[in-house]
Amino acid sequence: MQRADATPDLDAWRGTARVLLAANVAPADVSWAAPGSTGVLFADVALVADPAAPRAHVPARFVELAADGVLHREPGAHALLYRLLWRLAHGEHELLADAVDPDVRALALRVGAVRRDVHKMHAFVRFHAVDDDQYVAWYAPDHHILARGVEHFVARFPAMRWAILTPDRSVAWDGAALVFSPGVPRHAAPSPDELEDLWRTYYASTYNPARTNPKLMRQHMPARFWPQLPESSAIPELLARAAPRVEAMLDPAASVPAARSLPVLAAAARGCTACDLCGPATQTVFGEGPEGAALVLVGEQPGDQEDLAGRPFVGPAGQVLDAALRAVGLPRERIYLTNAVKHFRFEPRGKKRIHQRPTASQIRACKPWVAAELETIRPRVIVCLGATAALSLIGSRFRISAERGRWVTTHWADALMVTHHPAAVLRVDEVDRPRYEAELRADLALAAAKLDGL
Amino acid sequence: MEVRTKLRILADAAKYDASCASSGGKRATPTGGLGNATGEGICHSYTPDGRCVSLLKILLTNKCTFDCTYCINRRSSDIERAVFTPAEVVDLTLAMYRRNYIEGLFLSSGVLRDPDYTMELVITVARELRTTHRFGGYIHLKAVAGASAALIAEAGTWCDRLSVNIELPTAADLASLAPEKEVPSIHGSMTTIAEHHADQPRRFAPAGQSTQMIVGATDTTDAAILETATTLYDRFKLRRVYYTAYSPTPRGDARLPVAAPPLGREHRLYEADWLVRHYGFAASELTTPEAPNLDADVDPKLAWALRHRAAFPIDINTADREQLLRIPGLGVRTVDRILATRTQRSIRLADLAALRVPMKRTTPFVITADHNPDAQLIDRLDLRVRVAPPQQLALDFGAARGGQL
Repeated sequence: MQRADATPDLDAWRGTARVLLAANVAPADVSWAAPGSTGVLFADVALVADPAAPRAHVPARFVELAADGVLHREPGAHALLYRLLWRLAHGEHELLADAVDPDVRALALRVGAVRRDVHKMHAFVRFHAVDDDQYVAWYAPDHHILARGVEHFVARFPAMRWAILTPDRSVAWDGAALVFSPGVPRHAAPSPDELEDLWRTYYASTYNPARTNPKLMRQHMPARFWPQLPESSAIPELLARAAPRVEAMLDPAASVPAARSLPVLAAAARGCTACDLCGPATQTVFGEGPEGAALVLVGEQPGDQEDLAGRPFVGPAGQVLDAALRAVGLPRERIYLTNAVKHFRFEPRGKKRIHQRPTASQIRACKPWVAAELETIRPRVIVCLGATAALSLIGSRFRISAERGRWVTTHWADALMVTHHPAAVLRVDEVDRPRYEAELRADLALAAAKLDGL
Repeated sequence: MEVRTKLRILADAAKYDASCASSGGKRATPTGGLGNATGEGICHSYTPDGRCVSLLKILLTNKCTFDCTYCINRRSSDIERAVFTPAEVVDLTLAMYRRNYIEGLFLSSGVLRDPDYTMELVITVARELRTTHRFGGYIHLKAVAGASAALIAEAGTWCDRLSVNIELPTAADLASLAPEKEVPSIHGSMTTIAEHHADQPRRFAPAGQSTQMIVGATDTTDAAILETATTLYDRFKLRRVYYTAYSPTPRGDARLPVAAPPLGREHRLYEADWLVRHYGFAASELTTPEAPNLDADVDPKLAWALRHRAAFPIDINTADREQLLRIPGLGVRTVDRILATRTQRSIRLADLAALRVPMKRTTPFVITADHNPDAQLIDRLDLRVRVAPPQQLALDFGAARGGQL
């Protein structure tokens, strides 16, 4: 049995393998062991070249594979390579083409692991600025790849002075040459520099919690690399906050209680903070009316007076509505009145609070409340007063000018119609006002007729 | 405003663009300079969504005069706004690059004042990096919608990749959700890039152009999406089309779906795209008029095979490369290994297992040198159930790349 040094280096292996092959030593007769282990090295014994030994003509591809395979940390790489060399030299010239041969496969797996490790080193080395223009990284590769992986950094950072420390060995670049030195343990790693905080900020911000997939992250960036990655300290908190952040995006009013009763809903809505209107507004103005109402009117949002009173349609627009309802014979106390948005949106101007239309996101935030009201009441007829209510319940394709007064069916009721908001009657020109008021009344009359007909 | 605050706002605003690739262009480190592009692309980190972090992907500003419904940065969105100065972006890029955090910069922007004004600012960043700092790392610039051809032509000389987002799969989608963007103008910018790149492939955006399409914001079918993608690949010689599942944004517009992003669908589109670019499939083969959307349960190649059983089983030992690529479960690399191994031995069932072929999915569609009992299954009605992966596997998506199909 010949003993040979299993140095993780192509040239060392190649030198040894050449001598062994020239002496016609069969793979089974060689024992490869880590350098420095005891035993008689083949070099100590005079190996005589055997004239009958085959000349090793190996394909260039084998040398390429061997260069990486020999760096694999698990024992057996050197023996595997020598076995392949022996077979290539003994007539199996096309051996490497046979992807299912056990030796070829074993080498392919080792080469794959080493190349991935080199790639990970290129990716996960993190330099820390230690002083002016000097950068140091500590890194623990899986395999003996430092010399192989460092060329990438020479090509990329030729004008910088840097060093990469690993547990096996270290290397430094001074702008002209690489200098190798012994390895250092993890506690010798450089301390964080000021940029890491910015990097973590970037890492946290570029992540989309709606796509959370920690399994996939770990697959690409296994936890054993995390200690040397400054951004990894942000991961636990990002994951912990992901679910609530997504919930807030998907369903801003996740706080709507499951219990379907108007008093319970009204009480819960008082504490709603699903959008930013809850701050400036005085209070939540919830809907009002009997739970068994056959007709629900949905307005835009409470106005100045509603906000102060805490009840819907009590201001000037409410008076227009009341008049219209009286005119068509609909008693207000039998109707449920509510708004698409439950808080007053305004702009302070001096002592006045000027009404502003709610934004799409505010409408969306409030939608679960309107939906809960409608699901509780299950009215036969719904009338949306104005575009905001239409946007909330039908969507953006609705055009009030073209489709006002027409019946559509919805999830909540068989008959839904959109008409003018009573405030619009007050806002339009003197000239248009009678027409608007007449249209509002005509539409409400249609609703009354619908109720009778259904 | 602190740089850190700007970084938080402007990285957050850029995160809905899926592309973060740094591959495709080689660039040597300039003499006395910093950085190169290796051509292979390196992911320096992965965020908890499993996505690759390769570039510093930020907007110059999220202020925008446009009001595209699907976009979080639209004019009417009530979000925090910030503006980087070009110098701040240059400094951040260099500092992060020197620490090996990134491969380079991916700079996009909201439309500040007008498209040309914004495009000039974006160009300034790239030009400063390349000239003053001799930066050789990867730069991906987003052509600002509506920027003039002259500025797009200049941008291409400083960056590795230049892209214009098509945003939505059809002109009708664009009209309804991004009224200020128009297909002809987007195509115009793509043409400008394609022509300059064809003239000077090494100097002008050497890594080519790409685009992004948002999926699931409208009810457009996968068939229409793949058709648009094919047209873009053919007409503008795009390197990549990125499909991004529409992700609900905080304070989103009420017209958009309020649902988790359709990541499974996005994954299937990437698989289909991969089949068209590397497996010789035509986009039109992957869907049918009756089922214009890709199958959620099985990958598009398997779905195709199930619809074309007469073409199977295929003999692993005699079929040509094109046929082998149509077999479910066989990727390009496996096919190449089979072709090489075939010259040395007849391939048996056990050899396929040794090549790590997903046996359950593949065996009903092949004939091997030994007896393959599964080849009898090809006419069975329950074949689909037998070869379909378990549900939870089908839902475990997120990789924005094609795997083995």
